[in-house]
Amino acid sequence: MIKKLLSNVGEYKKPTVLTFVFIIAEAIIECLIPFITANLVNQMKIAIEMKTLLTIGLSLVGMAIASLLCGFFAGYTSAKAAAGFAKNLRKAVFGKIQEYSFENIDKFSSSSLVTRLTTDITNIQMSYMMSIRTALRSPMMFIFSIIMAYIMGGALASTFVVVIPVLLFGLFFISRKAMPAFRRVFKKYDKLNESVEENIRAMRVVKGFSREDYEKEKFGNANEDIRADFTKADRIIAFNHPLMQVCMNFNMIFVLTVGSKLIIEGMGSTIDVGQISAMLTYGMQILMSLMMVSMIYVMLTMSWESMKRITEVLSEESTLKTHPVTEIRNGSVEFRDVSFKYSSKSKKPALSDVNLSISSGMTVGIIGGTGSSKSTLVQLIPRLYDASTGTVYVGGVDVKCYDIKSLRDSVAMVLQKNQLFSGTIKENLRWGNENATDEELIEACKLAQADDFVSSFPDGYDTFIEQGGTNVSGGQKQRLCIARALLKKPKILILDDSTSAVDTKTDALIRKGFREYIPETTKIIIAQRISSVQDADMIIVLDNGRISDTGTHTELLESSEIYREIFEQQTNGGDNDEETNA
Amino acid sequence: MKKPMPDFKGGRPKAKKGSLKRIIKLLIRSYPILIPIAAVCIIISSVTASLPAIFQQQVLSDIGEWVSTGDWVSASKIILPKITILASLYFFSLCANICYTQLMAFITQGFLNKMRRAMFEKMQNLPIRYFDTNRHGDIMSHYTNDIDALRQLVSQALPTILQCSILLVSVLSIMLYYSLWLTLTVLTGVVLMLFVTKKVGSGSAKYFIRQQKSLGKTEGYIQEMMTGQKVIKVFNHEKRCIEDFGKINEELFQDNFRAHAYANILGPIIQNIGNILYVLIALVGGMLLITKAPNIGISTLVAGAITVLTIDVVIPFLNMAKQFTGNVNQVSQQINSIAMALAGASRIFELIDEEPEADEGYVTLVNAEIDEKGNICETQKHTGKWAWKHPHSDGSLSYTALAGDVRLTEVDFAYEEGKTVLHDISLYAEPGQKIAFVGATGAGKTTITNLLNRFYDIEDGKIRYDGININKIKKSDLRKSLGLVLQETNLFTGTVMENIRYGNLDATDEECITAAKLAGADDFITRLPGGYDTELSNNGDNLSQGQRQLIAIARAAVADPPVMILDEATSSIDTRTEQIVQRGMDKLMEGRTTFVIAHRLSTVKNSDVIMVLDHGRIIERGSHEELIAQKGKYYQLYTGAFELE
Repeated sequence: MIKKLLSNVGEYKKPTVLTFVFIIAEAIIECLIPFITANLVNQMKIAIEMKTLLTIGLSLVGMAIASLLCGFFAGYTSAKAAAGFAKNLRKAVFGKIQEYSFENIDKFSSSSLVTRLTTDITNIQMSYMMSIRTALRSPMMFIFSIIMAYIMGGALASTFVVVIPVLLFGLFFISRKAMPAFRRVFKKYDKLNESVEENIRAMRVVKGFSREDYEKEKFGNANEDIRADFTKADRIIAFNHPLMQVCMNFNMIFVLTVGSKLIIEGMGSTIDVGQISAMLTYGMQILMSLMMVSMIYVMLTMSWESMKRITEVLSEESTLKTHPVTEIRNGSVEFRDVSFKYSSKSKKPALSDVNLSISSGMTVGIIGGTGSSKSTLVQLIPRLYDASTGTVYVGGVDVKCYDIKSLRDSVAMVLQKNQLFSGTIKENLRWGNENATDEELIEACKLAQADDFVSSFPDGYDTFIEQGGTNVSGGQKQRLCIARALLKKPKILILDDSTSAVDTKTDALIRKGFREYIPETTKIIIAQRISSVQDADMIIVLDNGRISDTGTHTELLESSEIYREIFEQQTNGGDNDEETNA
Repeated sequence: MKKPMPDFKGGRPKAKKGSLKRIIKLLIRSYPILIPIAAVCIIISSVTASLPAIFQQQVLSDIGEWVSTGDWVSASKIILPKITILASLYFFSLCANICYTQLMAFITQGFLNKMRRAMFEKMQNLPIRYFDTNRHGDIMSHYTNDIDALRQLVSQALPTILQCSILLVSVLSIMLYYSLWLTLTVLTGVVLMLFVTKKVGSGSAKYFIRQQKSLGKTEGYIQEMMTGQKVIKVFNHEKRCIEDFGKINEELFQDNFRAHAYANILGPIIQNIGNILYVLIALVGGMLLITKAPNIGISTLVAGAITVLTIDVVIPFLNMAKQFTGNVNQVSQQINSIAMALAGASRIFELIDEEPEADEGYVTLVNAEIDEKGNICETQKHTGKWAWKHPHSDGSLSYTALAGDVRLTEVDFAYEEGKTVLHDISLYAEPGQKIAFVGATGAGKTTITNLLNRFYDIEDGKIRYDGININKIKKSDLRKSLGLVLQETNLFTGTVMENIRYGNLDATDEECITAAKLAGADDFITRLPGGYDTELSNNGDNLSQGQRQLIAIARAAVADPPVMILDEATSSIDTRTEQIVQRGMDKLMEGRTTFVIAHRLSTVKNSDVIMVLDHGRIIERGSHEELIAQKGKYYQLYTGAFELE
């Protein structure tokens, strides 16, 4: 997992390595400084000569400046490395998602993908920066300080035999206890925030039912629950600080007591005062480096979940395999014994035993109740999903044999959950064809009955569409989506309930345009309204994932009970004024 | 509905003045005993942490005195007691430390709990307007980013600052005790450090704000693309998206990298200024020693005699200087988090200070029963009958049966001053009638229903409910009496049963199931893997839009209100199912008032009155037959000659 993530460091290996170099240099200097200062102190004690003082002082200043520069560059390169790593990760994850099939997308909800791309990657970035800044530095400081402590302190360094295990054990024990507590808290915390979000979104419902007090109580309980758990976790981790203090204090007292005894007994021959103060400094450094290691440990475990979630996205294999056939001969569609399940686990198939033949240029209507799998059926054509069993043919060739891009270029689909993107109307339309001229855009809009209202906007085709298309009405959005699909000049055009918000007259005009201007394109129209499909060459009635009947409007009125029922509801027994369009 | 959307391009608002003061005040008010205890512990811990330097120094100079004798036994009599004092100081410091870290953990979480609660409770009392005019993501970030920043402030920044400033003061006084000259040297270094902190800190703050902005931008883009992912695939648009994302990602990288680089370099700079300062003190000290310059310090002042600086003063000074710069470093590390926390806190206070929904209503809804004489009486029992309890200024009470008679008289309304969206709306709905609103998007259909339940208040005119001006009715009671089903269905995390019960918390399982049957939802619910106990999450995204609407209708049905508002409530249900729902609803609404907004004319055809709205005015009204006969707008709509947009 780590390897997979780290492979995204890419071109930021250089700043990462540089960080290591600078950090190592800084660490070495930092370890030498106490050595020199001890020397300085000793020199001052023996004889205060301005010259020696100046040389030692200047060398110290030089080291400080070197250390400063190293620290400065390390800070710079580590920030660059971590931010670059995050950038590459985001790019990789985003790119990976673009490769996904619909099946893959369904597996992750869109909101979870957003969190992965934002919060999770930020977490990883922070851990990475922290790691490269301390991963080498702390162990190095640790080893170096221990060596120096032995050189300078001799027997005094035995204090570390006691202090280090105590600190290590303590830190380990605290993190062991705190980690699960924190993980639990963060999960609950996420839940709490989700429920707040839910509450904000549903505020009209809350107020409509006067459930403010109920919601307050619900929130109060969850909130209190989190407070209790969070306090527990925080209180465990709060022992880190005192633990550190105990170790440092012990170290100090030990060194002072034993040190003074050794010095006085040895009459200053074995060790001297300067060495004692150096010992104290090194002791501090040793303990600090252990502390840092434990902090990295905590941070890494905390971001472990984030890393797991990112790897999940990166290692998800797209279920779509693409093939070389790039030419789609015509717009004929055939289903042979097709069954489909959204997931191998689901009990009921969404589609079963579908056999169907549509010749190129036909207009086909699909009608059926909610959950009758109308959308599922058409989604198999551009391979948004693959049939579980059986085969779907487009232009006489198994869809699985086509190059995905070519197939989808030839099959334009207006999804039920269609969406416009923030940008001008022109930009949105050009999704269909990047190189479309303005005339082509207008032509497509005319066909989709969108030109009138677009031209009525003050900015016309340059009108800016807000995110989610909130500044156009539902029917206008649908018509723009149809125009966008038309610009692909497809061999097959699929409208999945795409005129539900368009009035019947405009709806009829759109279909009339289709007949006149794109007769050779196969048109497959899913609709709720009978009027939208009644003039089709063939109407398919779906019920519960099976084709219940096919035929023309008049045939189905005779043969299909479901179709008749729907028709009668919509014309509402005898009142024939509705659906007077052609 | 028109939503006035303020422009958010300005980015995060800066911290308001006084926020810090307010936080501290609130903290003290929340924990009037614990906070002072924690503060005392912090002070003890800091003072006891700075004192050991003195004893340490004394021990070291004692060693210097005794080293030539080699007599440890006699020397230990002087040295060991000092070490004992040192140890006991450490012990005190440790106790204080444990005490305050534990207390702070407790206080921080308690305080955050309190702030979250205050925000949430305030939020429940805010008018719908607030939610219509603020982005949900922005409101949400109060609970995530802002609270996190506050956590950092309370648990780390505030204690660190208190601790460090006390340490600084005490170390400074000790230094002054020893030598003025050396202290001045230290202070020069400190001034330099402060200057660097300010310079680097402001650069860092600048880029952190920029980072925040480009993070928002990236998030927005990702959000849009993730929800539109399927459209992207249908249009083979993946490559372009990757390119566009690459640009935004690069921008984010630049700001991100700069912000962190600034934050990273501050530490090493301060630390090494400290190192240089160390040398400087040694040099100045050395010079003073060589020149035998007279030393000035509190100690010499007390002694009344000016003495010469000795090596025993210089050495502890070096250590103290180290400690001093370490503290400055710690404070400087907190600067970013303080700035961010203060910005977060001002945003939290902004929400808490928001004007709540006013409710001066005094007419309440009570359970009622009819006594022998036919009068309406109040009762505690659940009778299924309700009455408005109307207290009058003379102290008397009157009761009006809840019937569902709604009258609007010459109502005008504007969401924003000067932009009237409803003009002169008058209508009446008698109990049991079904009133339909038809009209283009933005004609004002939803606005009328927003006024009925007082999500917004009318500007001019009158709305009466069972003869009572709705301004006199307590809002919660008014809303209880109005069932609401909206086009955009919002379900809550929980089981299907819990979601239905939301309409009436006292409803039994049987009542909920009956309501579901009435709504035509029972059929699909029983086919769900867990039936009524199926857990819904994420606004019920495992259900279809139509199924969600059915549950919402069941939820309104279980509330059993005398007036029902259906705003495009069946828009996502196919016509066959709608028929079933309609039948159920008609049964439910027998003798009750229904307001229907629907797009499909077949849905509204059997209404008693249909109102055709255009630009906030009622332009036609009448039954379906009457309107068809009129051959006006409705006729055009119905025959498809006119578009519902």
